[in-house]
Amino acid sequence: MDKQTVWLAIIAIGIGTFALRASFIELGGRFALPAPVTRALRFLPAAVLSAIILPAILRGTEGGLNFGIDNPRLIAGFAAALVAWKTKSVLATLAAGMGTLWAMQALI
Amino acid sequence: MMDSMAKAERKDWIEGARVMLPLLPGAVPFGMIAGVVASNAGLDALAGIGQSIVVFAGAAQLASTQLIADAAPVLVVILTGLVINLRFAMYSAAMAGHLSALPRGRRWLVAYLMTDQSYALSILRYAARPEMGLPAKFAFYMGGAIPMWAVWLAATAAGYFLGNRIPASWSLDFFVPLSFLALIVPSIADRANATAALTGGAVAVIAWSLPFNLGLFLAALAGIAAGYAVERLFPAQGEPK
Repeated sequence: MDKQTVWLAIIAIGIGTFALRASFIELGGRFALPAPVTRALRFLPAAVLSAIILPAILRGTEGGLNFGIDNPRLIAGFAAALVAWKTKSVLATLAAGMGTLWAMQALI
Repeated sequence: MMDSMAKAERKDWIEGARVMLPLLPGAVPFGMIAGVVASNAGLDALAGIGQSIVVFAGAAQLASTQLIADAAPVLVVILTGLVINLRFAMYSAAMAGHLSALPRGRRWLVAYLMTDQSYALSILRYAARPEMGLPAKFAFYMGGAIPMWAVWLAATAAGYFLGNRIPASWSLDFFVPLSFLALIVPSIADRANATAALTGGAVAVIAWSLPFNLGLFLAALAGIAAGYAVERLFPAQGEPK
């Protein structure tokens, strides 16, 4: 992606994000999100982030998805998820994931 | 402005910074990863660090930078970043009742500096102290929001220059899903959120080969719908209020 396109993306996301952050504050509290929308938005982070995580750890070396135990990213992602669940520590999760990935890559 | 008022505001400002302090170290690894990933994606220093000023939203920066590295169409990059940031509209709605009466410049500062952390700390404080006036609410918010901004920017810059020295064979792009795992796994304690995460992940995998990152948008919709349905069907557990 060339420089101009990268900046186009950054500025568009920046303006859009500012608009989302300002939205209801600028409306002066005259309008509120309907309760069902607020409740639905609560699930957005879990749904979106997990939709980014799974394909990223299943990505095989040849471009497709690799569900096998010979996929270092899958094993490393699994180890990291376990550590995240047990420790709730960001650093421990990152260390477990990268450590496992590097160890698997060195072994395979 | 009256001196006594300024003094009271300063107290709220410091209090805002004090409660933010324990949350600042958590932003450092994410900021550094955003910088590392930006440099590995081939962004120059101005774009790699500048996006922390222009966008100032970690998860959106990580996901969009990864898509840039994968040479996704620019519209897909933009829409993905914005979908991740949709939650800010929800925060904005919750903050509106407290901060809408500020003058425009201050409202825009509040909006620009909004993060998961500054939103959560402020909304909790406003609920716990209904006697807080508008200047006190603003001061408390800014006291926490500005250090978070500074830490984020410094961490991205440090990560960017560190990332420049690390070869691509280290697979540093893997930090992106790992960061998201660290964010999301501890937060899916209730059944509805767990369902949203599992559904979103499963749909993303099934729809993986669809063009334009459509799988991600489908997964978001399906995950939200599933979480919402579980919450409606089993309201006894994980109810927010």
